[in-house]
Amino acid sequence: MTDLIRADHKLVADMVEPGSRVLDVGCGDGSLLHLLTATRQVDGRGIEISQSGVNASVAQGLAVVQGDADADLIDYPDDAFDYVILSQTLQATRRPREVMEHLLRIGRRAIVSFPNFGHWSVRRQLFFKGRMPVTETLPVSWYDTPNIHFCTIRDFVDLCHDMGTRIERAVALDAAGEPVRVNAPWWFWNLFGQQAVFLLSRPD
Amino acid sequence: MAAEVAGTISRAARREAEEPHSLVARFDADRPLSLDCGVDLSPFQIAYQTYGTLNEERSNAILLCHALTGDQHVFNTHPVTGKPGWWTTMVGPGKPIDTDRFFVICSNVIGGCMGSTGPASTNPATGRPYGLDFPVVTIRDMVRAQAMLVDHLGIEKLFCVAGGSMGGMQVLQWVASYPERVFSALPIATGAKHSAQNIAFHEVGRQAIMADPDWHHGRYLDQDTIPRKGLAVARMAAHITYLSEPALQRKFGRNYQDRDRPTFTFDADFQVESYLRHQGSSFVERFDANSYLYVTRAMDYFDLGDDFGGVLGEAFRDAKTHFCVVSFTSDWLFPTADSRAIVHALNASGARVSFVEIATDKGHDAFLLNEPELIATTGGFLSAAARAHGLPEKDT
Repeated sequence: MTDLIRADHKLVADMVEPGSRVLDVGCGDGSLLHLLTATRQVDGRGIEISQSGVNASVAQGLAVVQGDADADLIDYPDDAFDYVILSQTLQATRRPREVMEHLLRIGRRAIVSFPNFGHWSVRRQLFFKGRMPVTETLPVSWYDTPNIHFCTIRDFVDLCHDMGTRIERAVALDAAGEPVRVNAPWWFWNLFGQQAVFLLSRPD
Repeated sequence: MAAEVAGTISRAARREAEEPHSLVARFDADRPLSLDCGVDLSPFQIAYQTYGTLNEERSNAILLCHALTGDQHVFNTHPVTGKPGWWTTMVGPGKPIDTDRFFVICSNVIGGCMGSTGPASTNPATGRPYGLDFPVVTIRDMVRAQAMLVDHLGIEKLFCVAGGSMGGMQVLQWVASYPERVFSALPIATGAKHSAQNIAFHEVGRQAIMADPDWHHGRYLDQDTIPRKGLAVARMAAHITYLSEPALQRKFGRNYQDRDRPTFTFDADFQVESYLRHQGSSFVERFDANSYLYVTRAMDYFDLGDDFGGVLGEAFRDAKTHFCVVSFTSDWLFPTADSRAIVHALNASGARVSFVEIATDKGHDAFLLNEPELIATTGGFLSAAARAHGLPEKDT
């Protein structure tokens, strides 16, 4: 699990140009921000809802404010950041589309990663057991999960098209944290990608 | 007997106003304090305490700003009350504001009554206490005076300015007035402006003082008396705003004081009444009533955004200061929304800001109490800021 998250963080870090201004929305304990500060020399800020996450982040010297992606992004001015990152948080927001719109208003680019609900293991559990899936990356039962807006990679691509958002780069990671074949079609990614990372920018 | 002891304490308090048990920086006619009201206050003095050692580079100084009824006695026994300093939870060896590591300064605000020039000080023009002849001061004036003290100590840049409530207002004013002199800022349980409700509570307190016949239009010291009743009522009303209903409920509920049924009189039947009366009567022995008028007024006038054309973000424009803003869930005097407004403005100006809202039922006073999350967050913030400021790690 930690290796997987690291793979996803590494991917995000690769997408960020060194020295840029970055806002990490839902930054958890600040590990991604820390990685970006250490390896990409970014000027980073974070938003995190949990007090334990904020404390852990602030104690590392990261500039993190306690807040909620749904409620607080509206307070950020336009074009304040080069990148706004939403790492494994989209599915936990109340209004994912509004959050996405804010990301690309506040930042010139957005990086969004999320667990893919179209992964074969999820489909298998639904298909054969007829139950909401509980997997290694989605370990919580439906009634306890903070994840209220799951989507598949194809759903997410549709939303981007709907919003007129440009997909500059997309990478899917399989269960082992390895990138799924780059030139594979979307359906293949949607089946074998356990999570996906998208680099987005505003429409021209 | 009790009244005699009380009188002795208030005489000690009066002595502190002129000859404090503190270090004193005196500023003569050549260095007046230019106040917002247009008056040059001169001569004047600032009483202050320091803890820890200033390093050779003079880069490890933390200025603490006290709240309305606080003073410079942060970590030592209070010279009047004999009680511990007001921030021993946060300041001391191994504490977030670590006196083994940092040089900690705290001064009594201008307008105060613990040795910095205020309405209880002698007016050199008359040889009598200033009383209401003392000019009205603002939070910015308090900060100006502190900057003169910091100059006097030969410190160019403060590693941190920290404080809660009115102290937090001073922290914000420091960054707005002297952004290049503040490396990090820790405003706790505060706001960028005093709300209408808070002004209203202050006005109740001031009217209570002024309604006391012993106030003598501010000239009570000449009459060798103090407006005990009025100041006590002011303190009682204010004290309620520092707590919260859940905390009062937990501490006192509707419990009776030393009795098991009501007396059908206006005695302090309830524990909460007895507690408030004690808060009021002990306060008057250590705090000057006119100072209470002046310092509450300074808070009322505070509206940092208004000084910058109504745009609070402009107050922090280009500030390189590292901020850590802290609020408490049950604080209704400076609710989290006030801190969020500060954070919003800091974000808008691109400042480097952390913000944490700490869950507690202890109300506004939580900043003075042993709140583990407060200790943890501020400790982490200050250690990280110290690294960023190039201060050496603490020897262990």
